[in-house]
Amino acid sequence: MTLTTPSSPHIKSPVSTARLMRDVLLALLPALAVGIWRLGLRGLFVTLLCVAVAVATEWVGDLLLKKRTVRDGSAAVTGLLLAMTLPPTVPYWLAAVGSLFAVGFVKLLGGGLGENVFNPALAARAFMLLICPVGMTVYTGVDAATGATPLHHMVMPALPEESVWDMFLGNCSGSIGEISALALLLGALYLVLRRVITLRIPLAYLGTVALLTLVFHKTDAPLMWMLYSLTSGGVMLGALFMATDYTTSPVTPKGQWIYGIGCGALTVFFRYYGLYPEGVTYAILSMNALAWLLDRYTAPRRFGKAKGGVAR
Amino acid sequence: MGSLFFGGIHPAPKKDMSAATAALQTIVPHCVVIPMQQHIGAPCTPLVAVGDVVRRGQKIGDGEGLCSPVHASVSGTVTAVEPRPHLSGKAVLSVVIENDRLNTTVALPLPETENDVLQCIREAGIVGMGGAAFPSDVKALSAMRQAVNTVLINACECEPYITSDDAVMRTAPQSVLEGAMLLHRLLQPTTLVIAVEDNKPEAIAALRDVLPQYPAVELRILPTRYPQGGEKQLIQAVTGREVPAGALPMAVGCAVFNVVTTATIYRAVSEGAPLTERIVTVSGEGVANPQNFMVPIGTPLQALIEAAGGLTDGADRVMCGGPMMGIAQKDLSAPVMKGTNAILCLPKAASETATNCLRCGRCLTVCPMLLQPLYLYRAANHGDHDELTRLNVSDCIECGCCSYICPARLPLTETFRRVKSERKGGE
Repeated sequence: MTLTTPSSPHIKSPVSTARLMRDVLLALLPALAVGIWRLGLRGLFVTLLCVAVAVATEWVGDLLLKKRTVRDGSAAVTGLLLAMTLPPTVPYWLAAVGSLFAVGFVKLLGGGLGENVFNPALAARAFMLLICPVGMTVYTGVDAATGATPLHHMVMPALPEESVWDMFLGNCSGSIGEISALALLLGALYLVLRRVITLRIPLAYLGTVALLTLVFHKTDAPLMWMLYSLTSGGVMLGALFMATDYTTSPVTPKGQWIYGIGCGALTVFFRYYGLYPEGVTYAILSMNALAWLLDRYTAPRRFGKAKGGVAR
Repeated sequence: MGSLFFGGIHPAPKKDMSAATAALQTIVPHCVVIPMQQHIGAPCTPLVAVGDVVRRGQKIGDGEGLCSPVHASVSGTVTAVEPRPHLSGKAVLSVVIENDRLNTTVALPLPETENDVLQCIREAGIVGMGGAAFPSDVKALSAMRQAVNTVLINACECEPYITSDDAVMRTAPQSVLEGAMLLHRLLQPTTLVIAVEDNKPEAIAALRDVLPQYPAVELRILPTRYPQGGEKQLIQAVTGREVPAGALPMAVGCAVFNVVTTATIYRAVSEGAPLTERIVTVSGEGVANPQNFMVPIGTPLQALIEAAGGLTDGADRVMCGGPMMGIAQKDLSAPVMKGTNAILCLPKAASETATNCLRCGRCLTVCPMLLQPLYLYRAANHGDHDELTRLNVSDCIECGCCSYICPARLPLTETFRRVKSERKGGE
């Protein structure tokens, strides 16, 4: 019998990278299901295409870089997240190019899992808006007719035709994975219960959006304006699933609060003053750039150096 | 109830495996190997030669300065005085005694005054039995000189699998409390607390039964959380004080003694019994019949594992200590020492390939020392020593929480241990 002498600790938590990615994929499924159900089967094909291209890109990257990262599931998560931000009418070629860009350019060239500065799905979405704005902004409604999303109404500014309740449930048009706040919240609840994410970033993000839209309301119904602001566009998907992306957000608790507040404030700012009705993508991408800096300036104090001498 | 110290984890306790209440079996080895170095400090010089006949309790090694004498743990004949395999992985000068099974003994003179007590603790060879093995008389003396106001008896035993402290509390609660009172008389603190984690109900009940006779002793039940038994963490959990970097517990008015050390001090002072045996947990999925044993110091690990039914087919690691901080052994002829609380045998772990750091931040959440393991790991891999200093790598207590929790399975603790020893060597 030969004994091995590995370094301690000799036991490991059951939570692995692959399990975390599985949990995120699972948590996204309810919102995806509502999107496909309300907006049509094309959304499913777009999603499958994005995931397939993302995984294939990671696999090719593995071959070139002699790594084995495709099995960690992170590429599948990126592909799925990207698809959920896209209108179901997006041209297939554009979805494929976007997914390739997300994994190949933003993630792999950014250093691979854990190293990329920008959220791959959102960076790809921004890229797609740039190269083919038409393909990214034509939406079909629940009745399959092409038309404006609730968010487009709000640019006027006016309250959307749908009731807030319909917006909450997902009876409105929008991107494949963003329309049902309820389904997104259920998915996020699952992630919180599984301790995959904490509530710090979502609470800071949504709280800031709520506060700012309530104070700086654009119609004479501040509360309704706030509720529509929270349920329209990508705010829920962004606050719950994009801003909580480990790699591109801060790791310190204080940094996470600041990051969430920054995302919320920029979202409202871009929505009010930006070229597009949506502000989530650019808000989160902007804050991504600050994640490491926020960590640095919100680092925990040194043990034994409590303010005022003795801790607690 | 929340955590009383920073960070920490909840690994599966697995203490049931070895905590059975059946009578303790005493190991009778056919020979023992007594290393001259079982403590922090200078090694002992052997006081016996090959062919000498020794009795159990006879001093066979001692030295000057920071040193703790060693005693024969069986009666018999010295068959060798030579370097032998040691739990440190190196060969260490040891006295080998063949057991004559006559069990003739010799006791220490009992202390006549309080002033003799420290000398008695020293002559009994008592060192920290929770693993650190710092000479107890030296610790007590410096605690007396610095007039600590708080004495903590560490009975947390926060590592999974290990139940040797638990066994001592269950079987000899009176010795624990008498030892605590002895330290109380010696150090005269304002507070003396025995700290036990709430996953040891039987030990707590046993201590509570005798507690009314000792009004000066406070029993504190702490919520179970690893690494609460770490000295700095225990002090924080009980008193709220943080021991500054590089400082000793005395800097915040505390002295910490392990619970078994405390009971052993009592036996030395009341019976003149030197430290020649201790309770050792033999446990893990890699051994047939996990249990606690009363073990003469110097018993080879192999003899203990055989007494526990031997290794199972799947076993591939034998650790000295617990699964979080235990050191894997390659030579089972190395002997049990004063600080050996457990022998843990584990089957081969499922192999998991490491991924890149996800920046999930779990390591930062669990670090009891408020470090940022993900950034330390980065700095270590870049060989960036300025950054390692800025991030206080020297504060790392190597508890293993970050490596345990890391979903990417990165060798965090291992890396920090290596970096720390390299930096120490370079200075």
